[in-house]
Amino acid sequence: MDKYSKKKVFGLLAEYDTAHAIFHACEKVRDAGYQKWDSYTPFPVHNLDKAMGLKPSLLGWIVFAAGMTGASCGMLLQWWTATIEYPVIIAAKPYFSYQAFVPVTFELGVLFASFGAVLGMLGLNKLPQWYHSCFKSERFARVTDDRFFICVEAADPKYDVERTRQLLQGTGAIHIEEVED
Amino acid sequence: MAAFDQLDPLSGRKVLVENNLTFHDVTEAVAGPIEVPSARWWGFFLVSTMMLGILVLALGWLFWEGTGIWGLNNPVGWGWAIVNFVFWVGIGHAGTLISAVLFLFRQKWRTSINRASEAMTIFAVICALMFPLIHVGRPWFIYWPLPLPNQMGVWPNFRSPLLWDVFAVSTYFTVSLLFWYVGLIPDLATMRDRAKTTTRRIAYGIFALGWRGSTRHWQHYERAYLILAGLATPLVLSVHTIVSFDFAVSQLPGWHTTIFPPYFVAGAIFSGFGMVLTLLVPLRSWFKLESLITIKHLENMAKIILVTGTMVGYAYGMEFFIAWYSGNPYEQYAFANRAFGDYWWAYWIMVSCNVISPQLFWFKAVRRSPILLFIISIFVNIGMWFERFVITVTSLHHDFLPSSWAYYSPTIWDVATLVGSFGLFFTLFCLFVRFLPTIALAEVKAVMPVADPHYHGADKGDGHHG
Repeated sequence: MDKYSKKKVFGLLAEYDTAHAIFHACEKVRDAGYQKWDSYTPFPVHNLDKAMGLKPSLLGWIVFAAGMTGASCGMLLQWWTATIEYPVIIAAKPYFSYQAFVPVTFELGVLFASFGAVLGMLGLNKLPQWYHSCFKSERFARVTDDRFFICVEAADPKYDVERTRQLLQGTGAIHIEEVED
Repeated sequence: MAAFDQLDPLSGRKVLVENNLTFHDVTEAVAGPIEVPSARWWGFFLVSTMMLGILVLALGWLFWEGTGIWGLNNPVGWGWAIVNFVFWVGIGHAGTLISAVLFLFRQKWRTSINRASEAMTIFAVICALMFPLIHVGRPWFIYWPLPLPNQMGVWPNFRSPLLWDVFAVSTYFTVSLLFWYVGLIPDLATMRDRAKTTTRRIAYGIFALGWRGSTRHWQHYERAYLILAGLATPLVLSVHTIVSFDFAVSQLPGWHTTIFPPYFVAGAIFSGFGMVLTLLVPLRSWFKLESLITIKHLENMAKIILVTGTMVGYAYGMEFFIAWYSGNPYEQYAFANRAFGDYWWAYWIMVSCNVISPQLFWFKAVRRSPILLFIISIFVNIGMWFERFVITVTSLHHDFLPSSWAYYSPTIWDVATLVGSFGLFFTLFCLFVRFLPTIALAEVKAVMPVADPHYHGADKGDGHHG
C-alpha cells in the first residue's frame, strides 16, 4: 500500500486457541478499562459476557411487549367480530364467550412474542450486517470454527497501539494483528 | 464401540462428543459430508422425488375430480386426510420436544440431535398442513378460515376447535421455522467461512446475516434462544391439545373423552421420536457421525420412546375402563367395536406396535443396538399411523343409526396421497442433509469439556475463577 495514503485502523485483533485463554484475556481487557472492544467466539463461552463486564440483555422486555400485543390483538379481534361486526348466536352461548377465545389469544400471543424475540435479537445485534472490518483478517475466518478473538477498537479513548498491543500480548494471545477499517 | 461410555473429566458424566474430537474435528465431521455430493444421496433423492411425483399426480386428479376419488362414504366423512394430518403433525412434536423442552431441562445431549429433529418438525408440519388444504375439496377457498375482511361481511367462528387448529398449526409452523433459523445462523456463518467457491460463500453468507460470533451478539442470541424455547414448550403442548379437541369436543362416542389432550401429546412425542430414530440411525452411519450422535444418544431416545409408549398404552387401557365405568351403552359399544368389531385387525396392529414393541427397550442391549432401534422405530411409525386410523374410522363407521353403518376402505388415491406425502417429506429432508449442517455445530462445541472456561487441560490447573 502507498505509504502516503491514510489508512484508517479499526483496531487490534488478538487470537487465542482455547476458551480458557479468552476468558481470562477478557477479564484483563475489562479490568484495563477499555469500553469499545469485543470478543469473538465459535460458540457462546459460558459467562464470557460477565468476564467482559456486559450488562444483561434487555431482550426479555421486548418479547414481553410483543407477546402482550399479540394476545391483546387476538382477544380484541375475537371480541369485535363476535359482538359488533358479525354477532351470531352459536350453541346458545353469549356473543362474548371469552373462554372459547383463549386458544386463539394464546396462539397469537406466542406468535407475536416469537417474532419479537427473533427481530428484537437481530435489532439489538444490528444484524444483518454483511460487512465488518474483522472480516478483512484472513485468520478471522476461523472464528466460526475453532479460534477465539479479541478486538480492541481504535475508537476507544484508551486505545494506544503500543500499550494495547502489550496488554494483549500479556493475555497469552497466539497472534496479534492490526485490522483496517 | 467402547465397552463403557467415555466420561467427562470435570462433571464425571458421560461425554457428549466421543473420541476426544477437537473443535475443528467437529466442524469437519459435520460440514465435510455436505460439501461433497455422494452417489448414495442422489439415489435417495431420486427415489424421494419419484414419490413426490406420485403426490403431484394424486393431487392433480383430486383437484380435477374432487374428493369423490377417495374412499369416503356416508358415516365415514373423515378418512385418511385427517388420519394423515394428525400423523404428520404428531411427528413434528418430537423435534420441538428435543429443541425446546429438553433445552429448558438442561439436557445437553439434545445438542447433537436437535438440528435434524427440528428440520423433521418443519417438513412434517408442511406435510400435515397439506391435508387440511386438500381435504376441503376446493383448496382455492382455504383462506376462508382466516379472519380477513370480505365483501360478504362474514367472520370465522372463533368458538370452533377446527378454527383454533388453523391458528395453532400455522403458529406452530412459523415459530418452529424461526427457532430453526435462529439456531442455524452461527452454523451458516461456519459454512460461509469454509466455502471454497464464491457461489457457496455468497449463498451461505446472505443467510448468515454477517454473523461474526461476537460475545455482545451471543448474549442477545442466547437470550432469544432461551425465550423461543420457553415459548415453543407451551406452544407444542397447545397444538396437539387443540388437534385432539377436533375430536374430543364432538359428541361422538369414542371421541368425546377428556383423556384426549394428554393422550394425544404423549402419542405425538412417541411417534416423533420413532421418526427421529428412523432418520438419524442411517444418517449417523452414512455421514460417519458416530462420535457426535453416540450410542448413548440413541439409548436416551429409546428410553423416551419406552416412557411415552407406556403412557399411550395406559391411555388405551384407561379409555376402556372409562367406557365401562361410565355405564353408557353407546360408549361401551364404541370400544367393544373398536377392539373386536370390523376393524379389530387395525386395533391390534396398533396395540402390538405401540404398546408391545417398545417394551423391548427395557433391555439395555436392545437400546444400544442401532439396527434393532431402527426396526422398532418403523413399528412405532406404523403403529401411530394406525392409532389415528382406529380413532377416526372405528368411531365413525358405526354411527348412531344402524341402517347407515358402513365399512370404509381407502382407494388407490388415498394410498397415493399418503405415499406421496412421504415423498414430499423425504425430498425436503434430502435437501436439508445436502445443504445444511445436520448437527448444530456451535451448540455441540459449547457442551464439549474443552469449551468450559475452567477446563485447563491435563497440566495447567490454576483453579482461578473469573
